Amino acid sequence: MTDVATDSAPDLGVARARRSRNTRALLLAPAMLILLVAATGPLLIVLVYSFLTPGDYGGVVWEFSTKAWMNVVVERDFFSGELQLADAHLSVLWRSVKLSILTMILAFLFGFPTAYFIATRPRGQRDVWMLLIMIPFWTNLLIRTFAIMELIRNQGTLNTVLIWLGVIEQPIQMLFTEFSLLLGMTYVYLPLMILPIYASMERLDFSLVEAAYDLYATRLEVLRKVIFPLVKPGVVAGSILVFVPCLGAYVTPRVLGGGKQLMLGNLIELQFGQLRNWPLGAALSLTLLVLVTVALLFYVRTIGREGERHV
Amino acid sequence: MVALVVGQMIELESLTKTFGTGSEVFTALDDVSITINSNEFFTLLGPSGCGKTTILRVIAGFIDPTRGKVSLDGGDLLTSPPYERPVNTVFQSYALFPHMTVAQNIAFGLEMLRKSQKEVAETVKEMLALVRMTEMADRKTDQISGGQQQRVALARALAPRPKVLLLDEPLSALDFKLRKDMQLELKRLQHETGITFIFVTHDQDEALTMSDRVAVMNAGQIRQIGSPRDIYIRPVERFVADFIGDTNFLPVDLLGTTGDAARVRLASGTEVEAQAARGMQAAGGTVTMAVRPEHATLEPPEGAMMSGQLANVVYVGTDTHYHVELAEGGRFVIRRQNSPGQTQDWQEGQQVGLAFAPGVGQVLRD
Repeated sequence: MTDVATDSAPDLGVARARRSRNTRALLLAPAMLILLVAATGPLLIVLVYSFLTPGDYGGVVWEFSTKAWMNVVVERDFFSGELQLADAHLSVLWRSVKLSILTMILAFLFGFPTAYFIATRPRGQRDVWMLLIMIPFWTNLLIRTFAIMELIRNQGTLNTVLIWLGVIEQPIQMLFTEFSLLLGMTYVYLPLMILPIYASMERLDFSLVEAAYDLYATRLEVLRKVIFPLVKPGVVAGSILVFVPCLGAYVTPRVLGGGKQLMLGNLIELQFGQLRNWPLGAALSLTLLVLVTVALLFYVRTIGREGERHV
Repeated sequence: MVALVVGQMIELESLTKTFGTGSEVFTALDDVSITINSNEFFTLLGPSGCGKTTILRVIAGFIDPTRGKVSLDGGDLLTSPPYERPVNTVFQSYALFPHMTVAQNIAFGLEMLRKSQKEVAETVKEMLALVRMTEMADRKTDQISGGQQQRVALARALAPRPKVLLLDEPLSALDFKLRKDMQLELKRLQHETGITFIFVTHDQDEALTMSDRVAVMNAGQIRQIGSPRDIYIRPVERFVADFIGDTNFLPVDLLGTTGDAARVRLASGTEVEAQAARGMQAAGGTVTMAVRPEHATLEPPEGAMMSGQLANVVYVGTDTHYHVELAEGGRFVIRRQNSPGQTQDWQEGQQVGLAFAPGVGQVLRD
């Protein structure tokens, strides 16, 4: 009996390993299939298109060209034929990055205290607060953006109230400015900042905060030396979650920017639509993808270095 | 005896703390007054929920009392925030900072006090040596064992040289053997540093082993304060006698008291001298007398103070426990230390007599 058992044990092990490998592949298959068909495939098409020549009425002509990629950063002057920086594209690119970073910072400044507040409520109350944070998330993005528009337009709620109070005489132009984009995006993406920070803060052992107070740390020092380092993974995650969709934002700049304050998403749409330059649109899309990837790599490195140990 | 003049370090004056409002008011502390001397190892002992941790948290500054005063060396402590009180805490969960090394944890309080780098480095080194953790200085706190974490927590709290160290059940997470070692270690540290220790525990062994004085608490009130010996041999009331060690309770008639001495009549009719608790009535009525199991002996039944049937003989290694069913009703346990060559001279089921010396029984205040 014992002989049989010891003989067959390794075989059983190998078989089990093989079986579990097969099962794993089978379990992964549906997700891999969808990713292949719906993500990798289209991405390859976009990549190929970015190296083709634009057709006269949209679409592409199957002729290799790197012009689209050149056009992302430089353009040929219509009259002199000299190469110069593509100001139009670069200013949109710069605005996208700038507004995304500013939105991220604003969302952090508003989100961190909010997350702290919720995490320090009694356990039963926290879910209620989180629900309040999440409710706007269930409302259509377009409707929320129009609501912001109503709030800040020249004859909107804010200006009307300010004029009625006598604070200002003329309405302040807020709509169709970078301010309106910033306001709209911060409002829309704030929950994405609050959620991960709250998640790491809820796991924070608040006796550590007491210990720091006990060891002569003032409120600010407790925040800087104990709370912040420990919830940093949540802060980084939240920042990425806000930064990435901001870069590709389309609806908010479209509605609140009114065509004056384009962001990368709008520029890409313009190339595929009115301007009928699909290869340039494809190249701009891939530029956006590169920016996002850089941001994600930064996230993975930060979290990988110090996040793992103390979650 | 020469009276030592000792500065009164910490004074709690009618400290009261209630939680909640309306019909759901919970009184955590009920008019607690204690004076703790400097360099004293003072223990708050009681069952969980008796308010002992609340006292620590009030002293540390994490909660404000509803009423009452706390003063340190005569100065009001309650007006300053926790980070300005020269008081440090060793937390039950240790609460070590997980993103710092052992040495960084110990240095934290010193750095917050803006000590010079040189002083911080020296003190950290000294503290590491004191708790015997020098080799572990650069480890992260999750890379050391529970006992080591305990010692780091101690070093971290001692490093800023607080006037008072508060210890909130710091040994409860350790296993038995480590706990025994740490008890002696704590006593040694208190001796070497000369800092006043206020120690909270629900473990009577711990309290008796380490403390200079013990305050026994129940339901938010101090029931008795005294030296471990005092608390054990001279409990004033049933709760204290019951909570500390094992005790036999006998109903007796109080015949009279003169000072500390009382004369009582046992249910068997025997009259005996006993100790009287402070503040009890002079005479008359039935009261309870406590007799520790090791203070009584078995005898032949003829002419004994009490008698009964030996129900169980339980061997527990160091001791043997004899459970006697008293003739007047009730159970009485006698504990006798085992010694080499000792023969088993009492049999279960046998009629036996019991005796204890005059003055051994403690008449309790009810």
